[in-house]
Amino acid sequence: MIPSIPHPLGNLIRSVVPYPELAFAINAVIAIIGICAVAFGSAIVLVYMERKVCAHVQCRLGPMRLGFHGTFQTVADTLKLLFKEVYAPGGADKFIFYLAPMIILTSPFLCLCMIPFDYNLQVMESPVAIPLIIAVNGFGILGILLGGWASNNKYSLLGALRGGAQMISYEISFALLLLFIVMMSGSASLQEVTASQAGNILDWWIFKVPVIGFLAFIMFLVSSTAELNRAPFDIAEAEQELTGGYHTEYNGTAFAMFYLAEYINLVTTSALAVVCFLGGYLPPLIGIPVIDSAFSLVPGFIWFALKVFFMIWVYMMIRWTFVRPRIDQLMDLEWKFLLPVNLLLIAAGAVFISFGWIL
Amino acid sequence: MAKKTTSRAYLARYFKRCITGPISLLQGLSVTLRYFFNPRKIVTEQYPENRKTLKMHSRFRGSLELIEDENGENVCTACGICERACPNASINILATKNIAGKRVLGRYLYRLGTCTLCSLCVESCPFGAIRMNQKFELSSTDPKDFDLILNQKEGR
Ligand code: SF4
Ligand code: SF4
Repeated sequence: MIPSIPHPLGNLIRSVVPYPELAFAINAVIAIIGICAVAFGSAIVLVYMERKVCAHVQCRLGPMRLGFHGTFQTVADTLKLLFKEVYAPGGADKFIFYLAPMIILTSPFLCLCMIPFDYNLQVMESPVAIPLIIAVNGFGILGILLGGWASNNKYSLLGALRGGAQMISYEISFALLLLFIVMMSGSASLQEVTASQAGNILDWWIFKVPVIGFLAFIMFLVSSTAELNRAPFDIAEAEQELTGGYHTEYNGTAFAMFYLAEYINLVTTSALAVVCFLGGYLPPLIGIPVIDSAFSLVPGFIWFALKVFFMIWVYMMIRWTFVRPRIDQLMDLEWKFLLPVNLLLIAAGAVFISFGWIL
Repeated sequence: MAKKTTSRAYLARYFKRCITGPISLLQGLSVTLRYFFNPRKIVTEQYPENRKTLKMHSRFRGSLELIEDENGENVCTACGICERACPNASINILATKNIAGKRVLGRYLYRLGTCTLCSLCVESCPFGAIRMNQKFELSSTDPKDFDLILNQKEGR
């Protein structure tokens, strides 16, 4: 059986091209191009956005010179990065050194494929999307560990080991929180998770389960920030102590790939938060008929993009506000606070379901 | 060796931190949110563009100048205290005698090139005759531009 999602463009190709296999291949190429466009485009936009948000948080202006309010700054920086010479440090394990950025890039792309941008705008609909995403996320750790190990640099190695320890620990909370959503919605497919939140704004999982939905959302924010290796949990990079951590020795294109992976990861994690807690591509209906009908006219992927950008903004505010904990404090937070609370949360969730306390 | 804590004290601290921690985080977030939504708080100056309107802070230390009134008169008595106060020997007071034979300021030599703009001379002058001005575009390709004579007229 050839998997297919009904989409106007896909249907057109399926009806025009005689062989279903060929139509599938063409659709796959279109999907790949689309995913790449979303990934690279959003990375460039996000780097610009990050600079602006960071600047305004710190009472600065950020890039202002190149183009209107510095809009072309990131394009110029990307070009600069791509034209740099790529070289490995002496004594580095060249093969693994260049393999690591590629490994680290696979996981965000795979996750991006499973995100439902609209009810028919999704590359791969899987009934086990959430376990798959949890599994695929582990790939990023491998990239970090290999990159740090192969660099032949003690700072890189330290950063990689710390990063590995951190990501493996927070993976647990991350997975448990996603499973909380699976438990609530009764399905592990992202389309069905979204569909289970249909209705008005109070039907989103963040509000639908009283109090603990919101708690779960906050904890998801914390553990996903740690998963993303972003400040305040950027132990793996820790510029002040480790001069950049696992990617200290990388430059040019290889460094750009690490950077790209970081920002696509930001998109996928925000998208996951939106799907699981903020109603995915559903419009935020508030119960006033006039506004609701107007909101329903706006296509789903626009709502999805707006919500994702809101989430990204939240991640950025977190990054530029909070101070970084030490590595042992970070581990304390996960093993002594997040994990027990998480288990309690899941137990509470089960109680809520069995008593029907869900709005 | 770390001080021993009883498990009771440990738990008390743990639960206290569970409450105070989020509160302090929210306080920090409120500050950054205020900055984010208030573009007026931005302190960046778009320097070459706003050169006409740029105003330095009053306490900015540009270069040294002698306070002179509209006739070019100053109140310097050529006492040389500023010369001694300067850690870099950037100041030389060349005194002269006026008709009455009194010691007055002849030339106030100031070498901007070696001055660190520390303002110690201004602090030390007992007569308030000098101050730091607001000029900051001081660079030049000619070393002679850094040897200045600050007074226009000899003292009386
Ligand atoms: S500012 Fe400091 S270095 Fe400059 S002339 Fe005065 S005392 Fe000397
Ligand atoms: S500037 Fe002030 S300290 Fe210096 S010689 Fe004149 S009166 Fe004395």
